[in-house]
Amino acid sequence: MSVYSKEDVLRILSVIPDPEIPVVNISEMGMLRDVLISDQGYEIIITPTYSGCPAMGLIEHDIRMTLEASGVFPVTVKLVQDPAWTTDWMSDEAKDKLTKYGIAPPLHSSCSNDVFGQNVIACPRCKSTSTILLSRFGSTACKSLYKCNNCKEPFEYFKCH
Amino acid sequence: MNQQQALYKYCVGLGDDALIQSYRLSEWCRNAPILEEDLALTNFALDMTGRAQVLLSYAGKVEGAGRTDDDLAYRRAERQFYNHLIMELPNGDFAFTMARLLFTATYEYYFFTELKNSADHDLAAVAAKTVKEVKYHMAHATDWVLRLGDGTEESHNRMQKAVNELWMYTHELFATDPDVAMLRDGNIAVDLAVVKSAWLQFISRTLTEATLAVPADGYQQTGGAAGIHTEHMGHILSEMQYLQRAYPDATW
Ligand SMILES: [Zn+2]
Repeated sequence: MSVYSKEDVLRILSVIPDPEIPVVNISEMGMLRDVLISDQGYEIIITPTYSGCPAMGLIEHDIRMTLEASGVFPVTVKLVQDPAWTTDWMSDEAKDKLTKYGIAPPLHSSCSNDVFGQNVIACPRCKSTSTILLSRFGSTACKSLYKCNNCKEPFEYFKCH
Repeated sequence: MNQQQALYKYCVGLGDDALIQSYRLSEWCRNAPILEEDLALTNFALDMTGRAQVLLSYAGKVEGAGRTDDDLAYRRAERQFYNHLIMELPNGDFAFTMARLLFTATYEYYFFTELKNSADHDLAAVAAKTVKEVKYHMAHATDWVLRLGDGTEESHNRMQKAVNELWMYTHELFATDPDVAMLRDGNIAVDLAVVKSAWLQFISRTLTEATLAVPADGYQQTGGAAGIHTEHMGHILSEMQYLQRAYPDATW
């Protein structure tokens, strides 16, 4: 008999930060896909942001530890590839937090599938749109590095995916 | 070969392409000409390792003999690897690495775009994710080929030499053997004729824009699909598989 509802489990899990961008949690990032409750226990469905995302092992570990600490047991974590994660699943709240943290959030529907599509990325500090791409890759695969021509500060942009 | 065996081989081949290419790109770690290039190439390698992991896990599932992604990566002999030969060639100079990346990433972009429509649900899912990633690899390689091809005399000559040397390894990417044909007819595998025409169009346009000559077709090197590799493959495996061979079943 399960004591905890799906909503309870999701609420407990919402405290787990994204290991690489700790101001947002895994739920806001759209990585937490579902919770299945059966007589066998609780199955947590997650999806990686990038195929080679090195944080998945840690996230899986955090999920187990967090739920067990709250008495939710037994837990299995399942990693699914389908449907492929997209930045469109990031909540608006998460995007606001990213901006305040200094990372320009992914553009929404203008996210083009075209290989050479160039977008105008606004500086998360001064909002200027006079910015320049320095490197397609920043500190992690999901971000690129920009410089603001107005406030002269460098910043990261979370790429559309 | 029955359908299950053909599907196993198809998945392993795709996984091996990603794994071996990743191995080569990660050799640029801390050797790239500039720091941001170091980051870019290792990020590409990470994408590819992730893709290899998913594909080899799935291959193990299809095979049904209980082999994991690690078993397949670290415990197969050279003749059981089915990657295309172009993936295993040594990096050469930076021009060679970028010319190869242009050829392979463009191939992968069109290949996985087609594979998204596969009747095999798992392959279609990997393809959807891979397309998002390889478009960055393709754009990056294109930038460099344009910059070096249409650059100084030295960079132009090096890039042309790389393109010429690699050309005979590109045709293998589009070769269809009877096993692949069977999967293609079942709407599982990709129709390589479609991929080839899109590839050739993009590559010809890019090389021309980079003031480089598109090489004439001559002798074509093949072998990967039969597990017959260049002399370089054994050296890759001797390093990549060292730990599992020296300390079987090691965990930490
Ligand atoms: Zn600014």
